[in-house]
Amino acid sequence: MNKFKLTGIGVLAVVLVGIFLALPTLVKLLTPYSLPEGWIGPKNEVRLGLDLQGGMHLIMRVETEKALASSLERTAADLKNQMIAQRIRYAKVESLPDGVRVMLRDSADENKLTDLVNADYPTLAEPSTVTQEGALILDFKVKPAEAKKLKESAVSQALETIRNRIDQLGVSEPSIITEGTDRINIQLPGVTEPERAKKLIGETAVLEFKLVDEEHSQTDAMKGDIPPGSYMAYMKEGHEPMLLKQETLMTGAMLDDARVHIGSNNQPYVAINFNREGGRIFERVTGDNVGKRLAILLDGKIYSAPVIKDRIGGGKAIIEGRFKMEEARDLAIVLRAGSLPAPVTVLEERTVGPSLGKDSINKGLMAAGIGGLIVIIFMILYYRASGLLANLALIANLIMIFGIMAIFNAVLTLPGIAGIVLTIGMAVDANILIFERMREEIRLGRAPKMVVEAGYKNALSTVVDANLTTLIAGAVLFQFGTGPVRGFAVTLCVGILTTLFSVLLMCRWIMEWIVNTKDVKQFSI
Amino acid sequence: MLELIKPGFFFDFMKVKWYALAFSIIISLIAIASIVISGFSYGIDFAGGTVVQVKFMQPVKADEVRAALKSIGLANERIQNVGQPQDNEFLLRTAQSEDSMRGMTVKIKGALENSFGRENVQIQRVEMVGGAVSNDIKNKGFLSLFYASILILIYIWLRFDFKYSIGAIVATLHDVIVVLGIFSLLGREMDLTVVASFLTLIGYSLNDTVVVFDRIRENVKKQTSSNFDMAYIMSSSISQTLSRTILTSFTVFIVALILFLFGGEVIHNFALVMLIGTIIGCYSSIFVASPIVLFLSKEKLKA
Repeated sequence: MNKFKLTGIGVLAVVLVGIFLALPTLVKLLTPYSLPEGWIGPKNEVRLGLDLQGGMHLIMRVETEKALASSLERTAADLKNQMIAQRIRYAKVESLPDGVRVMLRDSADENKLTDLVNADYPTLAEPSTVTQEGALILDFKVKPAEAKKLKESAVSQALETIRNRIDQLGVSEPSIITEGTDRINIQLPGVTEPERAKKLIGETAVLEFKLVDEEHSQTDAMKGDIPPGSYMAYMKEGHEPMLLKQETLMTGAMLDDARVHIGSNNQPYVAINFNREGGRIFERVTGDNVGKRLAILLDGKIYSAPVIKDRIGGGKAIIEGRFKMEEARDLAIVLRAGSLPAPVTVLEERTVGPSLGKDSINKGLMAAGIGGLIVIIFMILYYRASGLLANLALIANLIMIFGIMAIFNAVLTLPGIAGIVLTIGMAVDANILIFERMREEIRLGRAPKMVVEAGYKNALSTVVDANLTTLIAGAVLFQFGTGPVRGFAVTLCVGILTTLFSVLLMCRWIMEWIVNTKDVKQFSI
Repeated sequence: MLELIKPGFFFDFMKVKWYALAFSIIISLIAIASIVISGFSYGIDFAGGTVVQVKFMQPVKADEVRAALKSIGLANERIQNVGQPQDNEFLLRTAQSEDSMRGMTVKIKGALENSFGRENVQIQRVEMVGGAVSNDIKNKGFLSLFYASILILIYIWLRFDFKYSIGAIVATLHDVIVVLGIFSLLGREMDLTVVASFLTLIGYSLNDTVVVFDRIRENVKKQTSSNFDMAYIMSSSISQTLSRTILTSFTVFIVALILFLFGGEVIHNFALVMLIGTIIGCYSSIFVASPIVLFLSKEKLKA
């Protein structure tokens, strides 16, 4: 077997493999059918981008500084208790955005305090001290490495919680990944209720139990006379104010399960089960406060504030709140999935409805079809049989684009389809350059064999140059682009590679084979 | 044989180089003036903001939509009909984003549903980009243009002599400036997709230039004496390759036109860049790139 035959077999094999790999995608895109039952070939398909299949893309920011702040608040509260236990007298202990500040009553306690902090609070650095009006103030900054670790863990915890919630939403193939230091990139293909999904993802969902302050007058409090240790909170429905004790008796962190039930009046409510520790605490809290009202808050809003009739054992409680069914279901989901370590904000949202996605596919395919048809007709009219060959290469080219994209599970987007349409226009350019060169060789009176050889040889560097410059632009775009634009870069780059193959190897081989084996007198070009 | 340009065709392109140069300078200046004076209208990718594409099941006027948005405190927003009038489809744009208004996409949907009835409102597309992300996108867009230009420059430098590289670079720069100017004049929106099309244009507009340059170099090599007429060689090289320069641009122009007409709202601007770009790129490879090489060659001869 000679080199020529080997090349031919190689080219044929590549094209066949390309067609084989592209089949699942082409069936999916162009026909209403799916692959037959017993299909033994590859099942990899080109994935459709969110802009084509509909869905939601979100970039959320985890407010990590708030996670740090609330962690420092807990540290400050804990430190306060420890100082009381060790009889270190303080004027004030408060948390700062990046540390804890202690104002001592007696500056002689300074060493005692630093010893305590060094021993029990390894996240805090050595303090800086100032004296203000005779009082000694110590600022313990949180160590930068510790702050970073805490922020990172807030992001990964948020990611985990969001993943849990989305799992319960029933989205097929969601993608949830971190991006940069504090961002979470969420892709939800085919999500039908984007608002609901967004609410479910964005809710911090901190469940708290607090006592209603019934010892003080609520009317006085509304006038601004709020007693120390209490604060005003508002009902979820109706926004009625209510005076609550600041102390949180319990949180949702000790929750085992949350389910929706339908009450006697056909009103849904959420039944929660505490874990063993939570059950014990809940029993003690309710036992200690029989006859008082216990407010149940989610993200600071009061859902209900029932009167505790009796000690509640067994670790069960219910949350009522004039829910709609869907609302109750979503509340149960966020309670089961757990709360976010810090609030999240939406930085970017792109949602495409399924009908627009379908419409985009149709428009894109139509543009590809019409564009392809015009180019094909033009090539036949202008270059006759050679044009036909160029068209064959073009079709093989397009099929191979899908084949290559399928093995890499690449994403096809609307700009990606535009890239394929552009490829149609650019792919035949290579053949035009070669065919024009061949016409020159014919005019010089060369024999068909020589025409083919000289045509390809002389046009080669031009064809490669022209395609490489576009490939460079495509590669850079792939590196920097996001979402749909990246899809464009993919089809553009893959298209250039398949173009070079189909024109410089496939088309050339067929032409050489024709002039070598057939007795060609006149070139149809 | 169908031939666009008959063999043996010759036109003295270099003879008209001053006219071409004047024309190029004028349109470049107009483009730069428009860019400097009126700038670009940036899409939400770069400026931040929200776009909502909404379809109504009943005939709705833009003013009614405006009134509905006013109820949630969105005023003076751009509301634009898309598609056929009977589609009742609108594109709502506002500079506000989640940064300034929490839960705004939900609020917009709510306001429209309140005004027109829940069953009559179909949200087709929502795009919201906050300030932090739009800055990132801007940086990435700028960086990608920068790196692509540098890499292509390096490639051209490696492949061609210095004076050819200068010609190719100036021609490409010319194309980008002119198309940017047209974008600015038409008030078309710049977004990431448009940046992508400009990158493609940079890559593609070099194609024709490469074709012409390759032929010039080939013809220069054929010269036996060192004393030849560079202007004549250039004109005949351009004449010899004219049909392929036009044909290759034509095929891309056709597909860009089809994309422009049938591709839909999202890639309209993308297609427009390629549409104008192929024409300008074809023109500049003949009338900008080659004359510059000629000027540089003369300089060398004198020295």
